[in-house]
Amino acid sequence: MVLDYIGVKEINGSLIVLDGVKGAFNEEIVDIKLDNGTTRQGRIVQMDGERIVVQVFENTKGISLVNTKTRLIGKPMEMPLSKEIIGRILNGSGKPIDNLGDIYPQKMGNINGTPLNPVSRVYPKNYINTGISTIDTLITLIRGQKLPIFSGSGMKHNELAVQIVRQAKIADDDGKGFCVVFAAMGVKNDVADYFKRSFEDFGVMNRVVMLLNLANDPIIERILTPKCALTVAEYLAFEHDMQVLVIMTDMTSYAEALREFSSSKGEIPGRKGFPGYLYSDLASLYERAGMVKGSKGSVTQIPILTMPNDDITHPVPDLTGYITEGQIVLSRSLQGQGLYPPIDILPSLSRLMKDGIGEGYTRAEHQDLANQLFSSYAKVIDARSLASVIGAEELSAIDKKYLEFGDAFEKRFVNQSFTENRSIEQSLDLGWELLGILPKSELDRVDDAILDKFYKPFVD
Amino acid sequence: MDNANIKDVIYGINGPVVTVKNSRSFSMMEMVYVGEKKLVGEVIRMSKGETTIQVYEETTGLKPGDAVVGTGAAMNVVLGPGIMDNIFDGIERPLAAIENATGSVFISRGVSVPSLDEDKEWDVHITVKKGDMLSGGDIYATMPETRIIEHRCLVPPYISGEVTEIVSDGKYKLNDVVVAIKDQNGKKHELTLCQKWPIKTPRPVKEKLPADIPLITGQRVIDTLLPISKGGTAAIPGGFGAGKTMTQHQLAKWCDADIIVYIGCGERGNEMSQVLQEFKELIDPKSNRPMTDRTVLIANTSNMPVAAREASIYTGITLAEYYRDMGYHCAIMADSTSRWAEALREISGRLEEMPAEEGFPAYLPSRLSDFYERAGRVETLGGKQGSVTVIGAVSPQGADFSEPVTQNTKRFTRCFWALDKSLAYARHYPAINWMTSYSEYFTDLDPWFEKNQGKDFIEYRNKITAILQEENSLMEIVKLIGADVLPDDQKLIIETAKVIRVGFLQQNAFHKDDTFVPLEKQKLMMKTIIHLYEVSKSLIARSIPLSRIISLGLFDKLIKMKYDIPNSKLEMFADYEKEIDEALNTTLTAEFN
Repeated sequence: MVLDYIGVKEINGSLIVLDGVKGAFNEEIVDIKLDNGTTRQGRIVQMDGERIVVQVFENTKGISLVNTKTRLIGKPMEMPLSKEIIGRILNGSGKPIDNLGDIYPQKMGNINGTPLNPVSRVYPKNYINTGISTIDTLITLIRGQKLPIFSGSGMKHNELAVQIVRQAKIADDDGKGFCVVFAAMGVKNDVADYFKRSFEDFGVMNRVVMLLNLANDPIIERILTPKCALTVAEYLAFEHDMQVLVIMTDMTSYAEALREFSSSKGEIPGRKGFPGYLYSDLASLYERAGMVKGSKGSVTQIPILTMPNDDITHPVPDLTGYITEGQIVLSRSLQGQGLYPPIDILPSLSRLMKDGIGEGYTRAEHQDLANQLFSSYAKVIDARSLASVIGAEELSAIDKKYLEFGDAFEKRFVNQSFTENRSIEQSLDLGWELLGILPKSELDRVDDAILDKFYKPFVD
Repeated sequence: MDNANIKDVIYGINGPVVTVKNSRSFSMMEMVYVGEKKLVGEVIRMSKGETTIQVYEETTGLKPGDAVVGTGAAMNVVLGPGIMDNIFDGIERPLAAIENATGSVFISRGVSVPSLDEDKEWDVHITVKKGDMLSGGDIYATMPETRIIEHRCLVPPYISGEVTEIVSDGKYKLNDVVVAIKDQNGKKHELTLCQKWPIKTPRPVKEKLPADIPLITGQRVIDTLLPISKGGTAAIPGGFGAGKTMTQHQLAKWCDADIIVYIGCGERGNEMSQVLQEFKELIDPKSNRPMTDRTVLIANTSNMPVAAREASIYTGITLAEYYRDMGYHCAIMADSTSRWAEALREISGRLEEMPAEEGFPAYLPSRLSDFYERAGRVETLGGKQGSVTVIGAVSPQGADFSEPVTQNTKRFTRCFWALDKSLAYARHYPAINWMTSYSEYFTDLDPWFEKNQGKDFIEYRNKITAILQEENSLMEIVKLIGADVLPDDQKLIIETAKVIRVGFLQQNAFHKDDTFVPLEKQKLMMKTIIHLYEVSKSLIARSIPLSRIISLGLFDKLIKMKYDIPNSKLEMFADYEKEIDEALNTTLTAEFN
């Protein structure tokens, strides 16, 4: 039986309260019909007996206490799924906005997803060659990993993401099983447009699903955007064996939307006003990456987030770092020196790297080289801070060598052009070449046998 | 279904918290089934008009009016054979069996699978005979659970009496009655291979014993500078990427406990699958069997329901206590207790409780202390010795150690292994900062070290600590004016400290010899380093420049000795010492000629 409830009892921000509702269930979707004929959707988020609290997906503008009819749909939030969804452009709640008509569903998917059984997961091991030296050598991306880019406003995270998409050899040789799910949350129209144009430029637009919730779209829809995107990704990966790369930008806007929603619900705020369940909520998104038994597909996530005031201890990057398997951190000072991609390698990390590199994957000495580069570059930073106090002239001979190594490392290894696609051999060889600037005795992270094979003193 | 129960229905729903109006049939902490799918929940608050229940599964689809059925017992776990080499979620549901039962890679809700395999037949050996008097904690049957762990069935605490019936040795299933006992009042108790125990109640022991035996981990920075005892407690705080999980993995793999309980509490799914895979492949050096034979995993990943995450810590420690009562040394790795504290906070928020520091509930410290106090080396009710060591990772927000979870954990643990971001950035692992970390077990453990490793072990350790301490204060100066202006004897401190840091404290988990280092080798390494330091010092006193000494390459050689000297060839250390003496003697003679 379908019942319409007339009027609402209370309106507060994006929430409306109805009384006397029977037979509703938690997380059920409702249709809200306004007098002017338009319809909005909402979701039940809290219930006390017959009093229900509904979160309205668009906004509550125009809703009054008397002019609405609310109908219970009898289903939790679902979205239509089909292989035909590839190449389409959807809004934040998964409805097509490209005027190509509705998606004919082969299956309806609950957007909240269900947690993967840890036993059913396959531990990700295949590395993705991105053609970017810093990432391939030091922060190797693995198929099925979630590796966010920590950035700040005005930094080149979008370019980096686009370059990764273009160069990533994620699929089989013919590129058949590959697709990108792109979720924009609260980003500017230009940004969404930049991604769209880039995808078109290198001819993969027909392999992309775009979900757009732009900066001026309703915030409640923004909360649904990543959930819809990941539902699509899981469907394509686990039921159609595709290699799916999910790019979500900007996670900070998502978290802020969640905060706005939480405060209008009157919840007790945690750090910086974010709700106490921010960790669990972010985890329910990020954990929807990986590979599972019985499917050849994979979901790899590259969430992008801008750190407010470049502060890595802000709750959003902080909690993200605890959930994701590493992070790529961009540095404003590197960008200021005109280096691209401005990846600050020291705080960057890939947790899955150690099992996906080395013999049989990349090259046997990869891990040793990476450890040595990290360790030597950490010493460069020490030498630089010393130089800023006593002046570079006063440094010991070895510290001067470190300065030289640091400059060369940044200019030649970190820095590469937007179109340059380096093979893993090129990157590793370059790493060894640069280590040649340092005396052999300084390379304490590498076994002597490997050093003898690869170490060559650098000659100008 | 009992009519008295069906009256209790859901009134309100808010996230994982469900309320029931006007009910009198529940008791505090009782386990209940909620809704048509029988989701597992627990009563967490009661008032005259309202009972509050936290649900351990996703509440989507529940509606007011759905039935809530009590079980009459507190949230409990089944203890019996089949726990080892298994993987459970936070409320002891076997994840592999769920996968088999549902045939899905996702965990659907309301799956009902017995915690332990009820159909498997165990090779049971009955250790009592008719007429024996048994009391709580006594062993009545044993069976090989895995190749290396003998499972011992224990009379539940609070039950005692005379054995009236036994079965003959043979194959039995989990719920088969193997022994019957008649207690003083003539009441008969039938004992199967398993028993139930409420997770939030510590299992009783006869007495707690002093913490005077170390837990050997094979990790130099821990065994030497920051030791922990069997039955001790340790906290590993560190921001993300500092290597908490890596350190926990290393400890789980190499520490000399008999049983490892690894709790993945609110952590990454891929990490759990890594543990699963790695432990299967890893061969325990002592038994030559896969690590999984002595390990139980509790996996409640960050996207699994938050209330079950809260329970996972208690489930883990209850399992450990059970094996402790059999006379085993158990170690718990809890990764991470911060996620557990956040689960508390999240539920507390839903209950609209008054928050204390940073939104955490005011009872956070008491919950933490309850948990850590369940650790200890004990004499069990059955008269055996066993221990539970708790090693909890803490993930402070923003790597700020002043936040409430770290601070409160610090109060209730006696080892504090602080992970340092800058060490991790330089890929110095384990990234335990030797200056900010501490262990309170020295006085308890020193007699053991003296007896088993000799007095000199402690002496070397103190010298190493002193050099590191001195380096630390010298670095303040070096940061300002550079190392070049220091006199040679201070430069020697810095050079020696470098050998200690890189050659001794830093340890390579991926190197076959370096991943686990026996105490013997740790001592010899310290001895060699101290020897080089002292000989060099005497040379400097005779005004031989440090640069001459360094140019001999001895310092670099010692840095690499952890790789160059295999664990099986400790006699090589003597050669090193000889080489040091000879090289420095030659320098001395050359200088004076």
